[in-house]
Amino acid sequence: MTAPAILPAKGAADRLTGVFWRQPRLLLLLLITPPLLWLGVVYLGSLAALLLQSFYSIDEFSGVVKEEFTLKTYAELFRAQNLDIIIRTVVMATAVTLACAVLAFPIAYYAARYAKGHWKAAFYLGVMLPLWSSYLVKVYAWKLILAKEGILGWAAEGTHTSWIIEGILSIPGLEGSSLSTSPFGTFVVFVYIWLPYMILPMQAALERVPNSMLEASADLGATQSQIFRTVILPLALPGVIAGSIFTFSLTLGDYIIPQIIGDSSRFIGLTVYQLQGTAGNTPLAAAFAVVPILIMVIYLTLAKRAGAFDAL
Amino acid sequence: MTAAVEFQNVSRHFGTVRAVDGVDLTIAEGSFFAMLGPSGSGKTTCLRLISGFEKPTSGAIRIFGEDVSQTPPHLRNVNTVFQDYALFPHMNVRDNVAYGLMVKGMAKGPRLRKAEEMLSLVKLDDYGDRKPAQLSGGQRQRVALARALVNEPRVLLLDEPLGALDLKLREAMQDELKALQKRLGLTFVFVTHDQHEALSMADSLAVFNEGKIAQIGTPQDIYDRPATRFVADFVGSSNVLPPDLTRALGGPSQWASLRPEATRLATTGPVSGTVTALRYLGSGTRVVIDAGGTEIAALVPAGQPVPAEGATTAIAFEPSALHLMGTA
Repeated sequence: MTAPAILPAKGAADRLTGVFWRQPRLLLLLLITPPLLWLGVVYLGSLAALLLQSFYSIDEFSGVVKEEFTLKTYAELFRAQNLDIIIRTVVMATAVTLACAVLAFPIAYYAARYAKGHWKAAFYLGVMLPLWSSYLVKVYAWKLILAKEGILGWAAEGTHTSWIIEGILSIPGLEGSSLSTSPFGTFVVFVYIWLPYMILPMQAALERVPNSMLEASADLGATQSQIFRTVILPLALPGVIAGSIFTFSLTLGDYIIPQIIGDSSRFIGLTVYQLQGTAGNTPLAAAFAVVPILIMVIYLTLAKRAGAFDAL
Repeated sequence: MTAAVEFQNVSRHFGTVRAVDGVDLTIAEGSFFAMLGPSGSGKTTCLRLISGFEKPTSGAIRIFGEDVSQTPPHLRNVNTVFQDYALFPHMNVRDNVAYGLMVKGMAKGPRLRKAEEMLSLVKLDDYGDRKPAQLSGGQRQRVALARALVNEPRVLLLDEPLGALDLKLREAMQDELKALQKRLGLTFVFVTHDQHEALSMADSLAVFNEGKIAQIGTPQDIYDRPATRFVADFVGSSNVLPPDLTRALGGPSQWASLRPEATRLATTGPVSGTVTALRYLGSGTRVVIDAGGTEIAALVPAGQPVPAEGATTAIAFEPSALHLMGTA
C-alpha cells in the first residue's frame, strides 16, 4: 500500500497549523495584539494622560485641579527653585552616564572579546547578581559604606588616605560632613546601581563587531588607538547610546537614592514624588515628568545627527 | 629573483594542535602563489603568519629579505583581502577604500582622490557614496580588493576571497584578479580550497595537508606529477592506484596516479573490471570501472563507443602516463 499524498490531519493542532499556514497574518495578529494593546493603552495612554494633566493648573487657594487648558504650569518650571532642580538633575544624570560609560567599556570589552566559557558565565553573574538583590538594601548598604564611621572612612584612615575623601568633600558643590551626605555620595551610588544597565547593551554591541574588522583595521596600518577610535567605538556606539539611555533616564527619574544618600537636595524624581503625594499638585508633577521625556528626545536627536546609529 | 616571502622551518602550534608544522616556503616576487588544501590544513594560518595576525611558534619568516618576527601587522607592508571582506559598515565605500591612507595621516583631498582611482581600477567608479550593505557580494569583494591595494602593499594576501560568490561571478573574478595581478606586477598570495581555482590562477602553488606542505610546484607539476597520494586525491580527478594494481599494470610495486584522460578502455589487458557508473560530460563520457575494489575512471572521448553499466572491460594506457608517487 502506498502512502497518500496528503496526510490526514491528526487533531486540532494539525488543523490549526493549517489555518495559520493558509492565513499567515492571522497568527501575527493573534501574537501581536495583546502586547500592542498593553503598549498602546497602558504605556502610551498613561503618557497621554500625563501630558494632558500637565496642561491643567492648580487653584492656589483651594488646591483643586482646574481642568482647563493653560501653559501656566509649564511656566512654573522656570521659577528659579524649579529650574535649579532640573539643572541639578540633568548635571547628575550626565555625570552618572559618563562615569558609567567609562567604567563599563573595559568590562564590556573584556567580556565581549576575551571571556570564554566559565569566565563568560562569571561575567554575567557578576554583572547581574547585584540586580537580584533589593535596591533598597543596596542603597542602605552604601549609606553605611560611605558614612563617616563607615568602612571606606576606616580604610582611608588605615592607609592614611583620608585626605582624598576630605579633598572631595571640600570641592564646592560636593560639600558634606561625610561622603554619605555629600552629592558625591549620591553620584557614587547612582553609578553603582545603574552600571549593569550600561555594561549589558555595550557588551551586546561589542560582541557583534567581528574580529576580522579589527584585523582589517590593523592590516591597513591602524594603531591600537586608531582601531579604537575609527572602528570599535563607532560600531559599539549604538550600544553605548542604548546604555546611556538607561543610565540617564533612570537617574532622571529616581527618587529614592537622593532621599537616602546626599545632602537632601531635590531631584526631578523626588520632586514629582512630593508634588504628587504630599502637595497634591498633579499638574506640576506632570509638567516635571515631561522634562526627562523632552531631554531624552533632544539627546536622541542629537545622537542621530552625530551619526551614532550609522552602524545599525 | 628576489623572494617576496620566505618561510624557514616555520611552525605554529595551538596547544597540542600543530596548525603549521615545519613549513619551508619561498614565494617569488611578482608571482601569483596559491595555497591549496582542505580546511584545517594550515593554509590560512600560513597566510595569517605573513600578515602578522599569528606569531610563529618557531622558525623565521622574511618578507623581501626582512625578518618580520618582531613586526606587528600594522607595520608590515602587506595587505589582506579578508574572506568575509570585513568592510567597515559605518563608512561609505570611498571612506572604506581610503581607510589605510587615513590612518597613515594623508590629507582628506588626496586620499579620497586616491580612493576614487582605486575604485575605478576595480570598476566601481560610481559607488563611492554607497554603504557596504547596499552592495552585492561581488561588489563588496571589489571594494575589499581596492581597500587592500590602496596602500600599495609589496604583497597582497587573499584569504578565500571568492568563496562566497556564485560560480559565474567567481569565474569572472578569477580572470579579473589574474589580469590585475599581471598589470600591477604585484605578488599575490591566494588561499583556497578549490583545486580548479588554484590550478587555473596560480603561477605556482603549495598543497597543504595537516600543517605540512605536501607538494610545491607549478600547476602542471602538481596536476601531472602529484608527489603523494594525498595530492593526487585532493588536486586531481586522477586515479590513485595502490601498489599491487600498479604492479599488475606493469609498473613497480608502488603507489601511482593515472589521469582519466590517459586511461583507455580495451578488450583485453592485465587489469579488467566492471563498469559501475557513467557520467556524460559533453566532451566525453567518464566511465568508472571497479577493478578489484579500486575505482578507476577513464575518459572516453565523444564519438567513441561507451560500454553499458555492468559490462566488463579491460584498462589500457600510455606507459608514460603512469606516474609513481611517494609512500605518504
